[in-house]
Amino acid sequence: MIIGIVDVGIGNIGSLTGVLNYLGLNTKLLEQPKDFANCTHLILPGVGTFNEGMTRLRAMNIAESIIDFAHSGRPILGICLGMHLLATSGEEGGVNTGLSLIPGNITHLPVLNGYRLPHIGWNTVTELKHHPLTKGFKQSVDFYFVHSYCFNPASVESMVGITDCGIEFCSCVGKENVFGVQFHPEKSQRNGMILLENFCSWDGNA
Amino acid sequence: MLKRRIIPIELYSSGRLVKTKQFLSPRDVGHPIKSSQVYSDQNADELVLLNIDRNRTIDKNFSDTILQISKSSFIPLMVGGGIGSLSDADLCFESGADKVILNSSVYRTQNLISCLAKKFGSQAVVVGIDVRKLDGTNYGLFSECGTKLEQVTLEVHISNVVSSGAGELFIQSIDRDGTMTGYDLVLLSRVVASSRLPVIIAGGAGNFLDMLRAFESGADAVACGSLFNFGDNNPIRAKAFLKNYSIPLRSA
Repeated sequence: MIIGIVDVGIGNIGSLTGVLNYLGLNTKLLEQPKDFANCTHLILPGVGTFNEGMTRLRAMNIAESIIDFAHSGRPILGICLGMHLLATSGEEGGVNTGLSLIPGNITHLPVLNGYRLPHIGWNTVTELKHHPLTKGFKQSVDFYFVHSYCFNPASVESMVGITDCGIEFCSCVGKENVFGVQFHPEKSQRNGMILLENFCSWDGNA
Repeated sequence: MLKRRIIPIELYSSGRLVKTKQFLSPRDVGHPIKSSQVYSDQNADELVLLNIDRNRTIDKNFSDTILQISKSSFIPLMVGGGIGSLSDADLCFESGADKVILNSSVYRTQNLISCLAKKFGSQAVVVGIDVRKLDGTNYGLFSECGTKLEQVTLEVHISNVVSSGAGELFIQSIDRDGTMTGYDLVLLSRVVASSRLPVIIAGGAGNFLDMLRAFESGADAVACGSLFNFGDNNPIRAKAFLKNYSIPLRSA
């Protein structure tokens, strides 16, 4: 098993490889199309803006590689910005087309009285339906969030988990072998490790 | 529901961690990597790592420390101290920082916040503001580890950093630092009222009641050094205490 981690050169890759290695999993950084070949799983991590993320995926010629990987049926996990890039389009840094692996768009969280933005800190994920990646979660578990934009899936079918930050937004999204989480499992201690272990033992069947 | 956060502060100096009093007289309090692991095991919600060496640059030793922490402590890490350019911030993120704290450079490099926000997103850009009382009710903002008085007022500075794209505020009272006499709640209330950004308050925590008062005054997160360094206190105990007062906290 080789867990490929897409490295677009923005953001924190170290802590993700750190936690996967701690769990005894083999990781490989992916920087060009030929790196994808022998990976069994793919993680699209991310800190950064939607615009910057997509621009870099295209410049490195790996946007197509990710889409091909998804079509091969192997499991993909998008984290934070990586989750957003799975969508059809995003409005952060100007409107841009995403990888279109899960229909939906990325919009700014609404400004609400009594709630501070960005949404930063630990918050609860409520499961809407069971999924192989959320197996073993305790009821109402907390994960670490740090974001201002959120994923609006086109279909409620793909909403796996939601979180309340004044409004309820989709914090876990899944369609077939593609899954995305708004929070950072690599920063969420035990609960995050459960999700990452689930992902790395997942065959891609939802 | 979003939880309130408890954040240990680690002051880095020449490869070790120290604790200061009013930003002076550093005392050795341990090793950065070991301490971070302990805080992580004690359910701290995030960590702040600040490089306070006076020749502050993001050098290899410091970035290696970030890397080692991020490989062994799986909680969010905020890094600051001497970040003056996009490449400094790049190095911190590459080494495993989740957020960077900008402070002195914000007063001089007008577009640094917007540059970083454009690349990494606002949520990754924390602005640190070090504040000291000048007289009675007036606060002065200080840069360069508390040595240089800046001319801008607290509210104007906050308004400037918000419009540049900052994502969070890290407010330190220099007067209270290391004194364990409680947070400056007047300062905190003024900061909370000045923007919609999440606010982390630091400087002065002497017991868990001080944390409670800060949460009641609108802090999203409380940060502390002495409290966890110089007593039999830790984030687990702090949370056990605060849960009695219905403060929403992360369940591990």
